[in-house]
Amino acid sequence: MRGKMKNIIKKRTLLFMCIPAIVYFFIFSYLPLPGVWLAFVRFNYRDGIFGSPFVGFENFRFLVLSGQLWTLTRNTVLYNLAFIITGNILQITVAILFNEMAGRKLSIYKKVSQSIMFLPYFISAVVIGVFAYNLLNVRTGFINAILKQLGRDTVNFYSIPGLWPFIIVLAYLWQTTGYGSIVYFAAIMGIDSEMMEASEIDGANAFQRIRYIILPCLKPTFVILLLFALGGIMKGNFGLFYNLTGANNMALFETTDIIETFVFRSLNVNFNFSMGSAVGLYQSIFGFLLVMTVNTIVRKIEPDYSLF
Amino acid sequence: MQNNVNADVLAGVDARKYQGSQKVIDKSQRFIQVIGVIFTGIISMLCILPFILIISASFTEERSITLYGFSLIPRAVSLNAYRLIFMNPKQVLGSYAVTVGMTAVGTAVGLFIISMTGYALQRPDFPLRNVISFYIYFTTLFSGGLIPFYMMVTQTLKLKDSYFAVLLPLLMSPWLIILMKNFLKSIPHSITESATIDGAGDFYIFLKIILPTAKPALATVGLFLALSYWNEWYNSMLFLSSKVIYKPLQLFLYNTINEARYIRDSAAASNIPAVDIPMESMKMATAVIATGPIIFAYPFVQKYFIQGITIGAVKG
Repeated sequence: MRGKMKNIIKKRTLLFMCIPAIVYFFIFSYLPLPGVWLAFVRFNYRDGIFGSPFVGFENFRFLVLSGQLWTLTRNTVLYNLAFIITGNILQITVAILFNEMAGRKLSIYKKVSQSIMFLPYFISAVVIGVFAYNLLNVRTGFINAILKQLGRDTVNFYSIPGLWPFIIVLAYLWQTTGYGSIVYFAAIMGIDSEMMEASEIDGANAFQRIRYIILPCLKPTFVILLLFALGGIMKGNFGLFYNLTGANNMALFETTDIIETFVFRSLNVNFNFSMGSAVGLYQSIFGFLLVMTVNTIVRKIEPDYSLF
Repeated sequence: MQNNVNADVLAGVDARKYQGSQKVIDKSQRFIQVIGVIFTGIISMLCILPFILIISASFTEERSITLYGFSLIPRAVSLNAYRLIFMNPKQVLGSYAVTVGMTAVGTAVGLFIISMTGYALQRPDFPLRNVISFYIYFTTLFSGGLIPFYMMVTQTLKLKDSYFAVLLPLLMSPWLIILMKNFLKSIPHSITESATIDGAGDFYIFLKIILPTAKPALATVGLFLALSYWNEWYNSMLFLSSKVIYKPLQLFLYNTINEARYIRDSAAASNIPAVDIPMESMKMATAVIATGPIIFAYPFVQKYFIQGITIGAVKG
């Protein structure tokens, strides 16, 4: 104990170097924690967080009984599942196809194509909202312009909730396929070249190489990414949902309202701080338990990759 | 596992030798290549399509948009949207200045603190490295949620309507600190050790020896920071009310899209009658103006992001 203390004092410069970050996370991440008390009161500004009347689990009870909590959880989880499944399939496919491209001309094509696919990752959520508006709005949208030219009826996308699961998943794939395939492409590059050569000598064709060498070698990367994605399944991408659907578009809530958008509305539109905090706390706790579970699993199958 | 894979991966440099020496590509591979070019070609076109659409729309005459809708190639070219925006450029230039300033300051300060922390945390001889690492990492596992955070920033820190409410929340993230830590690990500890023997202090070693050798790491983490500042709109929307005249660029764009009055205001300032405002093309032109710098910088910075993703992806 004494030795350790002495050692810390000896290395105090290193501790000082961490102090800005320690203070920063204390202020922005730890100091707001007591604020979760909001979830257990009926908040009013006059009395403040800790002076407002205590209502116990009343806010949670309301959220459960009204069915809102279930809808929000369902939407958030199902969207994430759809993202994980379609995203990984597409990313792996793209990475494998790129890997098979050899030769001078194809290499140039590959480079250009990869750069284009990666580009959407750099675009802000607001601009993605503009893209959606350009494509989908009923008066001047690109898709409706084509429908008109073909003599078909126009579609008012922003008022048909049933279409949005597809639109949102497509937008997600649009933004993340290039980004995600980089990880898988790097994993393929890391495969031992001797294995590839051996398969060559044994007369394996490209399909067999993919089926028996590349796919099995991608499995660990896939499993790890999958598990951590499952750990984050309660978290939604606020920017994407909010901007795509056209900012608080009530007509679409049925299929597009996720936990993040609900909490945001309780803060900015309904001013129901307590209800929003209750949903936020529910999300934090379940999210925490999920990550813990996932980490335990990862530590069992692949200790090197566990987070802690 | 993937630390040895560098940016060449995406540049198309093939790490495997055998493909280079291979003379004949067999039928099955040729088949997959054809499928691959078609498939990735379609995806690439879909990826670039929205960009072309908004650029095209921004240069299209308003009447043509109202009549025929947005199109891939302008039916009638017009610079009206841009002319109108720059006729009264105070708003747009002000927003640019705010965003550029915020990006510069935030990236510089954030990068310094992140690298300083990352360096200390990867030093094997620092006894508190695990405790502090966990302290930082824990914030990603459990958070109070948006509303307690909002109360904290507005009530305790009193930062409502202050640019600091936008600048500070993005200054650093656990993910970037871990990324930096992983980067700096690859610099041999012996460099630090020998400098210590020569009598250099830890901060001096960091400043004079580590920082100059860690330029790729600084570039990567710095660019991630810069991108998040450039694209920031969320905290701006939460914390900056209409009292703030010059909004960050993305919020300015957000308002332009969602609230027509922003366009009317700017038209009124230039004495344009309300009927003649090229509303749709102005929305698109604003989006082009807000995204332009990223597109221009993209070819030069792409490889640093790839580096960051391959190093930080699995151990995020």
